[in-house]
Amino acid sequence: MEFPKNIDIPLDRWVDHAMDWVLATFGGFFDTLGTAILYFMIYTEKFFLWLPWPVLVAGVGVLAWRVMGRWWSGLLMAAMLFFIGALGFWELGMMTLSLVAASVIISLAIGIPLGIAMASSDRFESVLKPILDGMQTMPSFVYLIPALMLFGLGKVPALFATIIYAVPPVIRLTNVGIREVSPSVIEAAHAFGSNYWQILFKVQLPLARPTIMVGINQTTMMALAMVVIASMIGAKGLGLEVLLAINRIEIGRGFEAGLCIVFMAIIIDRITYALASRKKS
Amino acid sequence: MGKIVVEKLYKIFGPDPHKAMDMLREGYSKDAIMEKMRHGVGVADASFHVEQGEILVIMGLSGSGKSTLVRCINRLIEPTAGKIFVDGEDVTGLDKRGLRRFRQKHFGMVFQNFALLPHRTVLRNVEYGLEVQGVSVAVRRERSMQALEQVGLKGWEDSMPDQLSGGMQQRVGLARALALEADIMLMDEAFSALDPLIRRDMQDELLNLQEQVKKTIVFISHDLDEAIKLGDRIALMKDGRIVQQGTAEDILANPANDYVAKFVEDVDLAKVITAGAVMKKSETIAHLRTDGPKAALRKMQKAGISSVFVSDHGRVVGIVTARDCRKAADRGEKSLAPIVDRNIQKVLPDVQASELFAMLGGSKNYPVAVVNEDDHLLGVIVVGSLLAKLGETYQGENGGKAERQD
Repeated sequence: MEFPKNIDIPLDRWVDHAMDWVLATFGGFFDTLGTAILYFMIYTEKFFLWLPWPVLVAGVGVLAWRVMGRWWSGLLMAAMLFFIGALGFWELGMMTLSLVAASVIISLAIGIPLGIAMASSDRFESVLKPILDGMQTMPSFVYLIPALMLFGLGKVPALFATIIYAVPPVIRLTNVGIREVSPSVIEAAHAFGSNYWQILFKVQLPLARPTIMVGINQTTMMALAMVVIASMIGAKGLGLEVLLAINRIEIGRGFEAGLCIVFMAIIIDRITYALASRKKS
Repeated sequence: MGKIVVEKLYKIFGPDPHKAMDMLREGYSKDAIMEKMRHGVGVADASFHVEQGEILVIMGLSGSGKSTLVRCINRLIEPTAGKIFVDGEDVTGLDKRGLRRFRQKHFGMVFQNFALLPHRTVLRNVEYGLEVQGVSVAVRRERSMQALEQVGLKGWEDSMPDQLSGGMQQRVGLARALALEADIMLMDEAFSALDPLIRRDMQDELLNLQEQVKKTIVFISHDLDEAIKLGDRIALMKDGRIVQQGTAEDILANPANDYVAKFVEDVDLAKVITAGAVMKKSETIAHLRTDGPKAALRKMQKAGISSVFVSDHGRVVGIVTARDCRKAADRGEKSLAPIVDRNIQKVLPDVQASELFAMLGGSKNYPVAVVNEDDHLLGVIVVGSLLAKLGETYQGENGGKAERQD
């Protein structure tokens, strides 16, 4: 049986109207916000492009060696980064990396305070949790649409979509980390006359640190995944290479760019994961 | 006026505590209130006071409300009704800020599960209380090191808590409370998580510390032996109510009801009976300056004993045996000094009988001297008299029990 044609909720038009209204009302705000974000991103990108490649390769090698504790891990990570350059993707790789870095920085600046707020209020948690679930289950392409409408084509909407996609883990894990701090330790802190901020900074955050670090690791990995997709709305970088290769059916080119993304993912994941699981000595 | 005065304190858990309180006043029991309105009674109508420099042990089985009660004193748990005064100041009337200041100034707290900060070194843990008060780094470091020294943890300040044994962790907890220089210590089952041997050490150490620091201590325990050892006074709790308070002797001698009596049955009597109660009063003593071996021998023969304590200007300094005196007399010596054995054991009259057993086991079989603070001899204890006294008391206790059962 066919579904009656006269039942047709015009949600699409409502969303369009809502979007129009938002643009008409807050257009100026989003323009200003977009410009601010753009400058932040341009400077981040300039920094990564300015960074001499031997410095970055050596830096990543040493960092990986220090946090993972094995010299050959450091060597491997440095070799992977070198390989990206050797394939001719250094500049595009740096663009991708700068976009990841910018979106992670903003995600943490938003996510950690939200996670803290979520941990201190059950009501806020019950409101935010379904929203976060929604943000993570929604196909990532969907974020591109409002981002496009608010900021047009280019880097800024790419960053915006990336943040929305990548921010939930750090919010969630900050919340969980703080909530998991033993109540008896909190009680002791109260017994000695600590105030809210002292408990937060001297007890809860230090004890939640390993969990929050896992959140940062996940956020970073999701940001990298999203940055590749965000190339569809005009973020230059490795993702765009893959996209172009698909469109032109250039298998070899696509494979090279794809491999670079995989290497970058491995480098970022291993280093942030090692930072997360490192025990404070 | 006590240092801490608690008046008619109630704590009821649930959405409508005041209705539950009315029911309590009408005579409903804790269980009935749980059944009828799903409200938990933590503390009901508790009134007590703690004097300056005193250790009050609040004792009861788990669920009797003792931990709730101690948390009401510094309002970690907000009391439903009632008043708490510290130095005459009403703690229940303080606002949030005032309460924080009050906690900083007056309350050191020690927890059953230690509740140390695992990410901080021992020293930084001890500093915590001073840190939140905004005390300067130099001062808090100095005071914390001093507190660590007091609890015998000098040299461990840079260790992490998880590198220490349970007993040592609780010493850190103790030092953390001591470093505050607060006048009140709240100790919530502070030694219950430790194994028995270490627990006993910690109890001894707390008593030693208390000699120096003279804090006002509220100590929560479920162990009557511990309560008797530590408490100047004991308050027994059941179902949120205080059923009896008084000194250990009061409670042991006149249990207020069956609940208290049941508690008391389990006590190891050797811990309750003191040296003063067991000793044989003795006036016989040899004077080091004036008595020679012959005089000492005569005194022993007269009293029917084989050794006698020797005093010098009224202070007990040693012991001589009849055998040594006879030999010295045969050699024609005139002074006791060469034959006095200064290796004797002296105890104060309030030492527990259980500790005497260890002392009496020595190879020379000397009696133990019971002395007062000025080292004057009050009496002597020999193994036989100790056992006799204990046996007698056990019998008396059993007789008493039989009567109650009838």
